[in-house]
Amino acid sequence: MAERRLLPQEDDQGSLLSRLGTDSPKPRVKFGGMFCNIEGAFENKTLNFESYSPSSARRNPRGRVDDQRDNFSDTSSMSDFSSVSQTQTTPSCSSQGQTLVYPTGPSRSDKLIIKGGKIVNDDQSFYADIYIEDGTIKQIGENLIVPTGVKTVDAYGHIVIPGGIDVNTCLQAPHLGMTPADDFYHGTRAALAGGTTMIIDHAVPEPGASLLAAYDQWRDTADKRSCCDYSLHIDITRWHDGLFEELESLVKDKGVNSFLIFMAYKDKYQSSDTQIYEMFSAMRELGAIAQVHAENGDIIEEEQNKLLDLGITGPEGHVLSHPEEVETEAVYRAITIAKQANCPLYITKVMSKAAADVIAKARKKGMVIYGEPIAAGLGADGSHYWSKDWAKAAAFVMSPPLSPDTSTPDYLSSLLSCGDLQLTASAHCTFTTAQKAVGKDNFTLIPEGTNGIEERMSIVWDKAVATGKMDENDFVAVTSTNAAKIFNLYPRKGRIAVGSDADIVIWNTKETKVFSAKSHNLTVEVNIFEGMECRGYPVVVISQGRIVLEDGKLNVTEGSGRFIPRKAYPDFVFKRIKARGRMADARGVPRGNYDGPVHDVISMTKSVPATPTTRGPSCPGKTPVGPGRNLHQSGFTLSGTQMDDHIPRRTAQKIVAPPGGRSNITSLS
Amino acid sequence: MSDCRRQWNREDELPVYLAKPISAGPNQRHKSHGMFSSVEGAYDSKTIDFDQYAVGRKGNRSSRSSSRERVVDGDFEAYEISGGTISSPGERDDGRQGVEITDQTEKECRFMLIQVGENLIVPGGVKVIEANGCKVIPGGIDVNTCLHKPYLGTPPVDDFYQGTKAALAGGTTMIIDHVTPQPGDSLLEAFEKWQEAADKKSCCDYSLHVDIPHWHEGVKEELEQLVQEKGMNSFQVYMAYKGLFQMTDSQLYEAFSFLKELGAVVLVHAENGDLIAQEQSKILGMGITGPEGHPLSRPEELEAEAVFRAITLGNRVNCPVYITKVMSKSAADTVTNARKKGSVVFGEPITASLATDGSHYWSKNWAKAAAYVTSPPLSPDPTTPDHLHSLLACGDLQVVGSGHCAYSTSQKAIGKDNFTLIPEGTNGVEERMGFVWDKAVAMGKMDENQFVAVTSTNAAKIFNLYPRKGRIAVGSDADIVIWDPDKIKTITTKAQQSALEYNIFEGMECRGGPVYVVSQGRIVFEEGKLQVQQGTGRFISRKPFPDIAYQRIKYRNKVMSKQGVSRGMYDGPVYDIPATPKYITPAPSAKTSPTTHQPPPIRNLHQSNFSLSGAQIDDNIPRRSGHRIVAPPGGRSNITSLG
Repeated sequence: MAERRLLPQEDDQGSLLSRLGTDSPKPRVKFGGMFCNIEGAFENKTLNFESYSPSSARRNPRGRVDDQRDNFSDTSSMSDFSSVSQTQTTPSCSSQGQTLVYPTGPSRSDKLIIKGGKIVNDDQSFYADIYIEDGTIKQIGENLIVPTGVKTVDAYGHIVIPGGIDVNTCLQAPHLGMTPADDFYHGTRAALAGGTTMIIDHAVPEPGASLLAAYDQWRDTADKRSCCDYSLHIDITRWHDGLFEELESLVKDKGVNSFLIFMAYKDKYQSSDTQIYEMFSAMRELGAIAQVHAENGDIIEEEQNKLLDLGITGPEGHVLSHPEEVETEAVYRAITIAKQANCPLYITKVMSKAAADVIAKARKKGMVIYGEPIAAGLGADGSHYWSKDWAKAAAFVMSPPLSPDTSTPDYLSSLLSCGDLQLTASAHCTFTTAQKAVGKDNFTLIPEGTNGIEERMSIVWDKAVATGKMDENDFVAVTSTNAAKIFNLYPRKGRIAVGSDADIVIWNTKETKVFSAKSHNLTVEVNIFEGMECRGYPVVVISQGRIVLEDGKLNVTEGSGRFIPRKAYPDFVFKRIKARGRMADARGVPRGNYDGPVHDVISMTKSVPATPTTRGPSCPGKTPVGPGRNLHQSGFTLSGTQMDDHIPRRTAQKIVAPPGGRSNITSLS
Repeated sequence: MSDCRRQWNREDELPVYLAKPISAGPNQRHKSHGMFSSVEGAYDSKTIDFDQYAVGRKGNRSSRSSSRERVVDGDFEAYEISGGTISSPGERDDGRQGVEITDQTEKECRFMLIQVGENLIVPGGVKVIEANGCKVIPGGIDVNTCLHKPYLGTPPVDDFYQGTKAALAGGTTMIIDHVTPQPGDSLLEAFEKWQEAADKKSCCDYSLHVDIPHWHEGVKEELEQLVQEKGMNSFQVYMAYKGLFQMTDSQLYEAFSFLKELGAVVLVHAENGDLIAQEQSKILGMGITGPEGHPLSRPEELEAEAVFRAITLGNRVNCPVYITKVMSKSAADTVTNARKKGSVVFGEPITASLATDGSHYWSKNWAKAAAYVTSPPLSPDPTTPDHLHSLLACGDLQVVGSGHCAYSTSQKAIGKDNFTLIPEGTNGVEERMGFVWDKAVAMGKMDENQFVAVTSTNAAKIFNLYPRKGRIAVGSDADIVIWDPDKIKTITTKAQQSALEYNIFEGMECRGGPVYVVSQGRIVFEEGKLQVQQGTGRFISRKPFPDIAYQRIKYRNKVMSKQGVSRGMYDGPVYDIPATPKYITPAPSAKTSPTTHQPPPIRNLHQSNFSLSGAQIDDNIPRRSGHRIVAPPGGRSNITSLG
């Protein structure tokens, strides 16, 4: 612990990272597609040590101070980080120079050299050694010159990949007052055992509760318990206008750039289309990622009631009441709303073929949309819901449910391979059988969630790489790199490059491993992948520059996980959105005033009784309802010149200052 | 002749094949199982048994009561149409043929086709219409008109008289109009109001759809009454018009479930009202107030999304869905894809979407731009009409409506400073048949049989009017159009029958048009001259459970029953939690959206209302279910007899 370094200080970030995005001729990522080469990636091979040394003169003067990225890490997140480090009882080690050598490290070496492995990034593979110090990758190349006393990790015959990033876990979110069986400690421990070195957990506030409070609560627990780096999504369980400020402060000050919106869980978390539109608009403005749990909650509730009436109370009722169509419909709707709001969209838990198809189609039409299949969806299907063993059937209960169509896992891994789906997560949220048994007489009460945090990487390897669907580079892309890009962690995470965090996995590609509840690192007594044999598993896992898994032994430290703040406007996602924001400017037609006869309606107040609904016409919809409308009428005739007044103002407003600032875009050209 | 007009409610006065389609025994009604398969009895008429048709003998339908005799009286008109090609879907007769239409002088004064064949022997005094070189087709059925839908209290300029006049001039001999009650109005009252207006004014046969403005428990009773007593079998629900007509998904689910039980066809106005409301306020906020704001605030994605959602709901409920006004390519494609996956869904493009596009919304002339305002809007994509015609030709879309709802420019000008106030609707009832011919048949996309299918037969089948309407067959109503495929006409306001002072198709040239139109056995349109009589239109009642929509549904109901897994009781440990209901809603009131809307106090009135009439439910169920399963319309025997 003592040698843990303070990250946020710029000088500490490694010279590569700190310069990214500010260097005007070489701005950050210039790739055109997901799998294109990345500028600077090849430089690693022929190392120029001087250029990477922090005091080197190669560093260009920082011209642009207006870059948000810099502001973020410089100012606001600083306070955050210092607070983190204090809670972690880290002695002040504000190491200004990266070459600082710790004379006496603890028993565990903090300097490592990984030799002989094939380094696999999302864009290329090459043979090189990696030198790690202070939790970052310091050098990559052959015949590295390293100080003495460095521990050597042998990676011959294996591949060396960036540690996995699991972007969807629920290690803390309570269900009916029951906390998941695997909390941050057990969950992250299992994650590390499976080769995942970072998780992004969902903070779920109670509907109506403050998002900031939930954030603090999650931060508090995770800082104490987490064994690997983590970040947080915040779920928006009930939207109202006042939440915008909270979102803003979360995005700007707290390093959260993703929020989950629910289209299901009627009367609990569900948002209406109007609310979703408002949230999407807010998130586009803030540069945050809108994640959507896509299921039509209205239909689900009707189906649940119907099934319960039919006397179906077992776990099969869960999948019967959450048919695929309901997921597909919601995905389609979410995409439509996102298109209207010009907001990027991220669908969590793509569980069915039809839903995945909708996403793939939308991408082909140019939507900025990402789909996330999960370990359970890739490794299992929904036939188990009909198991005679209640406990087994209940273990699979999650929403959206696993598809009963047994060809689904194959299909999803194919889409993952071709890039139509982009990243994998686990949606790890485990409940013990006793907890699941709360719903033994009513499937709607079964707490939802499956395991998968530990198995995720192996399942992807086994189902996609070992079968020849994707190559090892794609494997890295879907397990870490794309996640890092979408959530703006790249290239700190998700890449093996000089300056990146030393979250590295040495992956055995040949041998197999069997999943079992007996051998897994979780507290739950059921593993939905029980007995499944998977090719490919981690041999060595290095998290924050320390070896946490070696020779099958886990060596984790509770509370060593750091919160990784994420900045708004990830380029991977928002560049296109910004450009479209400027293009999609609707214009009116300038015409002369209509001077023909106008039918007189003011006197025609209808004798229509007020609508019995209390659904007030909260919008200027086409509501030909008597008196209220007439107010508008008179208001409008007065403002006859309004059209001319508005046009200059609007265009100026929209184009001169697009959200996120034009400067960001101009600097690219 | 009006003295012997309709008393349609009494079943015994319906023609034999329409009377008691439910209770009658085997072999009644029609046996068609596909859209294009031939109909029993259709071929009979080709090899004519003269004896059977001879005057004074019994009708060819043995089931007709023997007392019925065909008397061709001098007072009534009798026509023979000779030399035309009869086009009906499923068959095509290229030989010289004649159709004789006479008045049936039974008490109910039905006008039907008596003979179809070659070299007909007809009594004297029959007027002969020469149809040489022309097609003889069943009169068109326009399933989507709004001739009595008031906007802010003012009726459209084309009322039932003007509208049906225009319909007849265009070759449409029957319309189905939308009854549009306001939220809170009684459906029954609205229905009666419409019926009264139409009875007084309509010049051609008509029927009605009833729009459900607001879903609540009380509506169910009225719906049941409308279906069972009033001869209604189609109801429209709205996914748009937030705060007014829009229903939430839950309400739609309930409505679909209920209407399915009644055997009605659910018409859906498919647009996402929530998003439209957002877009409208955004666009008004940007200062766009002209008609171009209308399509900008209703992009076609919102239509496609709602169509997709409606179909999903229909699939879940296992209920046929009919999408009114398919206006965009993406919506049409959604319908197409769903049909390919087996959904029972029908799509109806309208005249405007088939003949013109939405570029006119950007016209500099406000009045012109406003004339095009309808919902869903015309797609600005100029390739849309072509695409829709192609889908019609291949059967992916089934019915052509007109969406005729004509508001004068001064009425449209109510929204001159705010596009959301422009009353919606375009003309099209008169031009409908012509444009389908011009853009599809004359272009070689569609054959004349398919033309008949999309302009009348499919509509008649979906709304259970077949084979009384939508077919030229012995026993069918004498609604016949002599269609000249080469007649070229330029659409202009001056020549139109509609009372509108504009026509959105102004200046368009249209090939193909009616030469003669025979409605109820009388020539109403002859060589450009209309001879209509106000109030001659009869209300045509329709039975529930149209086969084309419901036969598949019935089988699916049987197959799709869900079963649980029988397992032993779970006897393991159970986590102890305080007994709380699953969904703890701390403050349901905080949600303002209709989707997550908790029933507000007013709703509870209905709620309690319903619980008071608890006995009623029990009363109804046996009646309804008996209706549905024991004797489905068309008869179960119908199915067995085929197997």
